[in-house]
Formats: sequence, C-alpha cells, structure tokens
Amino acid sequence: MQYSEIMVRYGELSTKGKNRKDFIKQLGKNIRHVLHDFHDIHVNPQQDRLHVDLHGEDYDKVIERLAGVFGIETLSPAIKLDKDIDNAKQVALQMVKDQYQPGMTFKINTIRQDKQYPLDTYDINDKLGGYIIDNVDGIKAQMKHPDIEIRVEIRMNGIFLSSETIKGAGGLPVGTGGRATMMLSGGIDSPVATYLAMKRGVKVDMIHFFSPPYTSPQALAKAKELTAQVAKFGGNIQFIEVPFTEVQETVKEKVPEGYLMTIQRRMMLRIASAITRNRHCKGVFTGESLGQVASQTLESMMAINDVTNLPVLRPLVSMDKTEIIRIAEKIGTYDLSIMPFEDCCTIFTPPSPKTKPDLEKTRHYETYIDVDALTKKAIDGIKVTDIKPGEEFLNQNQDVFSELL
Amino acid sequence: MIYFDNSATTKVDPAVLDTYNQVSERIWGNPSSLHRFGEEAFNLLNQSRKQIADLLGVQPNEIFFTSGGTEGDNWVLKGTAIEKRKFGKHIITTAVEHPAIHETCEQLKKLGYDVTYLPVDKEGRISIEDLKNAIRKDTILVSIMAVNNEIGTIQPIKEAAEVLKDYPNVHYHIDAVQGIGKGIGELIMNDRVDFITFSGHKFHAPRGIGFIYKRAGKKIAPLMTGGGQEHNLRSGTENLPAIAAMAKAVRILLTNEQAKAQKQADIKSTIYNHIKDFDKVTIFSKNQANFAPHILCFSILGVRGETIVHAFEDHDIYISTTSACSSKDHVPSATLTAMQEPTELCTSAVRVSLDANNTIEEAEEFNRVFDQLYQKFSKLS
Repeated sequence: MQYSEIMVRYGELSTKGKNRKDFIKQLGKNIRHVLHDFHDIHVNPQQDRLHVDLHGEDYDKVIERLAGVFGIETLSPAIKLDKDIDNAKQVALQMVKDQYQPGMTFKINTIRQDKQYPLDTYDINDKLGGYIIDNVDGIKAQMKHPDIEIRVEIRMNGIFLSSETIKGAGGLPVGTGGRATMMLSGGIDSPVATYLAMKRGVKVDMIHFFSPPYTSPQALAKAKELTAQVAKFGGNIQFIEVPFTEVQETVKEKVPEGYLMTIQRRMMLRIASAITRNRHCKGVFTGESLGQVASQTLESMMAINDVTNLPVLRPLVSMDKTEIIRIAEKIGTYDLSIMPFEDCCTIFTPPSPKTKPDLEKTRHYETYIDVDALTKKAIDGIKVTDIKPGEEFLNQNQDVFSELL
Repeated sequence: MIYFDNSATTKVDPAVLDTYNQVSERIWGNPSSLHRFGEEAFNLLNQSRKQIADLLGVQPNEIFFTSGGTEGDNWVLKGTAIEKRKFGKHIITTAVEHPAIHETCEQLKKLGYDVTYLPVDKEGRISIEDLKNAIRKDTILVSIMAVNNEIGTIQPIKEAAEVLKDYPNVHYHIDAVQGIGKGIGELIMNDRVDFITFSGHKFHAPRGIGFIYKRAGKKIAPLMTGGGQEHNLRSGTENLPAIAAMAKAVRILLTNEQAKAQKQADIKSTIYNHIKDFDKVTIFSKNQANFAPHILCFSILGVRGETIVHAFEDHDIYISTTSACSSKDHVPSATLTAMQEPTELCTSAVRVSLDANNTIEEAEEFNRVFDQLYQKFSKLS
C-alpha cells in the first residue's frame, strides 16, 4: 500500500500543560534531524499530533527511524485520499483484507474535522462498514476490542485512512530535559546509560578519556562510533576527548596501589565536572551500576563522588548486567561495545583494588599528586568533535571498500 | 560455446574475480588480528556483511558466512537437531530436496531423529495440506527448498510460512541455493523464515563460499567450533577474498533482478515452445509462474540422458542430466522418481539451466541442434 503520511501521536508531553509548545517544537526538530536524508519529506507538528508527509518516500524506512525517537507514543501510516467516499471504501476494504483472517472482527472509527463535509460520522461509519461486511466473507463488526480498526479522519484537505498502530519509543523529546555530560568509556554500560538519559529528554555531551599509547586509536574510534550510534536517538552529539595519559602515569607512580583506581576515578570525575560547568551543563551521567566492580561499591562511589557537588546521575544503578545487555542489543551498541580494545578504565588496574576505600586515606594519598595542575593540563588538551548519527569511525576505508564491493 | 548448465555452477564474473584478487593481494590480514592489517580486514568483512544484509533487507548480524550450500544445509539441519534435541526429534522436509538436505536427514535418522518426507505432485510440488498434517508436537524443523534444482518447481514457501506462523517454535529453513536472483526474493525473504541457505558459486562468486541467513534470536548449535568467528557460531579464519567477492556478486545479481529473471524466462520459453510439440519429448518444467525462469528439464523417450548431454556437447552446447551432483552415478533423477514418473523417463531426463548472461540467440541455436539430434535419435530407436 502506498501511504502518504505517518501520523505521530505524542507521549507524556500531552500532560505537560505550559511546556507543551516547547515540547512539540523540540520533537519536530528532532524528527527533522533523524529524517534529514529524506529530502522530500515534510514534517508538520500540530497541537494534537504531528504529521510526516512522505511525498513518495518509503514509509517502512521512515517508520524504522521514527520508532527510535523519544517523545513518540505511537505511529500510524496513513493514506490521504480526496474527499470521494467511494474511493475511501475501496482503500478501507483493502486495508481490512490485508489483515483479515477468518474469525476476525472490525470497527470503523471516524473523526470529522471538516464539519462542512456532507456525511456525518455516523453516515461514514455506516457506509464504509457496510461495504466491508458485503465484501469480506464472514467478517463481523465489533465496537469493543475489534481485531482490526480502521481510522477515518475527514480533514479540510482530504480523507485520511489508517489502521496499523506502531509503538514508539516513549520518553520525552531529547533537548527538553536540559543538558548534561556523559562519561563514556566504550564498554557496554555507558552507551546504555546515555540512551536512558536521552529517554528523559536530556541532551548529552560525551566525555571520553583516552591514554595513548596505552589505549589504541581504535579504542577512540570505537567510542566515537558508539556516540554516532546513540546519536540516532537524539541527533548530533558533541564528543569531548580528554588526554589522560599523564594523569594515569602520575597516579601510578605516586599513589599506593590499593588507591590507584579510586584516585584515577576521582581525577576523571573532577575533570568531567569542570568540563560540565564550563559548558553550562547541569549534571554528569555515568554508566555505573551498583556492585558490578570494585569502583562501583557504595563506599567507592562515596569516595569518588567526594570531588564534586554536581548531580552525578547513574541510570543503571540498580540494573542487572543481563538487563543492561538486553538494552545494548536493542539499541545496537552491544556488538560495538564488546570489541576488544582496551580503554583507560582497564589499564593500570591493580590486581586487588580497594573495594571499600577509606575517604580520609583517599584524600590524603591524593595530596601526593598535583591535582590542580594535572586537571588544568587535561582540560587544556581537550578536543571537541561534532558527531552525526550513524557516522563511521572504525572503518576509515569505507569508500575504498565500496569500490571493491 | 553455449553454457546452459548454470544450476551446476556459474563462471566467475571477471569483476568479482578482480575483487577476489585485490583483496588477496592488499587486504590479507586476519580479521581477528589487533593491528591495523587485521583491523582493515575486519572492517572489510563487516562492510561485506552489511552490503549483503542491506541487499536482502535484513540485519548484518543475521548473515553468517559458510563454505557454500552444502555446509549451510548441513549446519541448519544438524545445528537445529543439536540445539533443539530436548524439545523434539521430528524433522519435516520434502521428497525432492538436494542431497545436502536429504543425506543429512538420513544421517540424523541414524542418530534417532524422525524425518517426514512430504510427497510431491506431478509438478514436483508439495501440498500445504500434507505439511499441516505432518506437523507434530515434537516437530523442531521444517526445511523446504525454494526452487527444485532438477526441474525448477517453485515450492509453496510463502504458504508454508503462513502455516508455520501457528508454530512459532518450529525452525523454518529455506534452501534458496537455486532461488536467489530469480525474481522470487519476496517469497524467500518472507516474514516467517528463520534460516536460508545461499551458495556463492551459483551466482558468479568463486567456489567455496556461501552464507546463511539466521533470523536474530533464533538459535542453532555450531558445527565448526574453534576460534569463535562469526559470533562464535562458525569458527575458522574468514575467507575474506571470497566473502568480499561474493558481496560484489550479490550486488551484481540483485541489480535489475526482475528484468534479468524475465530475460531467462524468455529464453526458457523459446526452447520450451520449440520442443514441446515433438512426440517423444516430455517436458517436466512448466512454462508458468510457479516454475523458476531458469530451469528446463525434459526427456526424449528412449534416449538416455547422458547420450543427449554428450550429443549436445559435440555441438559445443553444455547441459546436464538433472542434478550435477549425482549425474556421474547413473542414478535416475530423484525428483522425477518422487514425482512417480516412469523409470525410462527418469533416466532420460536432461536439464537446461540458464543465467542472465545467456541469450535468445543461444536458445535458437540450441533449437537448431535439437532438431538435428531429434531426427538422428528417431532413426536409431
């Protein structure tokens, strides 16, 4: 069936009285972003719902993209017809036939915006319903919980028919929840945490620590590619790479082994907090989950969190690894995350880090290094890249290979 | 030379061979190596996989490379048998499958599995009623070929998909070795199929490479265990030159697929319409939409298949006795036997199998030679 538009129904934002306008505007913008390479498409946000006019573009592909956009409750592909009711009968019949299996029931649900239209909703339900009963053997009409529902909208510019309802991603449009930074390592957890932050409308800036030559160029490329993957859910992301070699080497040299990890993490959070403030972001997200590893016990969290008074948000805090993996697979980051490049969290890890570091001792050992100078140096060395959804970083030869294939 | 034996194998496309050579020379690293040669090879492997997935409208993690059709068929059958042995030991397939399926089923029978071979009608096609009746509580797999390799029958794979929607736990496998690129992609890539076997050398890729489609989430045990390649399901260092070459061959194959399938159907019709009126000729492949456009199987009463093959060969025209795999064993065609054709027809059948590179002129030349040979054979018998 050649659909002419996708109807997008809003999720939670319907309840948000005075912010409604901003939400709709932001969602429209986000949708335009994810559909940017469909040149003929027109995105038309309205009070009650948003219409994506397809102008001949493939509806399947558009729906696939829209399904990942936060702030959408449901989607329905719809067909625009002229106001000739006979034409609508044919199309409605076809829609029913496409789904019909023996024993199924159906319903016609008409909404009439164009009050001048000569037929009222009752007439329309009657005409279309009657036509379907006459032409589909054994089908019955049923008002409550029908198997097939055909929605008819009589608008000023035509009759719109739709049937299928596809579940959207829910959540809030990215950008309506303020801006925060995200500490992205390259493992399984942090992209999932990013996704969940975005789900609540937060626009994230990625902070990635890298330590050449201990970490490889591929590890950096992998972090960027993960960013490009999660950008599919909320548009371009600023990627901030922080040179971390000197901090790690200094900590390794000066700090007792048991506190290596805790103090490295404190340095990371300290640097991340400074970047967060500089960029007027309002919090730091991490992919920490309670009890997963030594750095993620409550005691560790307290010792690390000590360096900042910004909110440190941990969307995965009470999730099991299997739950996290399931989301990672769903959002397409899992296969990337498990690529075997060492990141700076896994180098210089002592054989037995303190799982319950003492806060006073931590503070004391930290005086062995020049915290301010190291922090400043790292921040001076940052590099910011704007990453587009789906951009490739790991495969630098894509074009050369395309010739070959 | 007129090559009409494309269901046996195809000639490697020069452009495909060029890719094979370039990858062998330039991107020879092991995709599992960490250094940049490995990295480059790894990226090419993934890009090849993605290209094939995109062309078939599936996800890259649903494509697994194999050594070809026989491995694919063995893997899906045995892999399912191992994976699902706790749930049941009943397998349903058809009486006209390629030996890679049939012999694997026979082997599984010896290991305690129960196999139902669905019978076929006069056109070599199974009935959906038979399929419905064959499904049991302990059925773990239904395996049906898309296109019969001997006579070209298209099996009702889409109808079978509808039936199997009521049995979501039964693995549904389609052997599409003869089906890809023949204008029936929509039937093969249906919304119920779990596994599909493909073989590269049937569409101008090199020998020794193929792939299977495995629907995401469906599980089969590996046959090759080892270094963990292909998501730990098919170990062994990837045959990257052949994989990249095959990715290119798939792209070429599926470009203008419908037009090319139509061209083959026209060539088939040219021969079909010419030979159909000869008294001693029986044509098994119908000239209609539920037969593949590229296979024409017929016999001349009283003349052995091999005799016809060699007689054409003397005119530099290459055809085969039904399946190439069994043609040297002098066994009667398994498909025709299953269709309950008389033995003398089963031993005298030959197969013309086409490709988009064949031409109507070649078919006309074939028809001229056919006339000569028919007269000669008629005098002798």
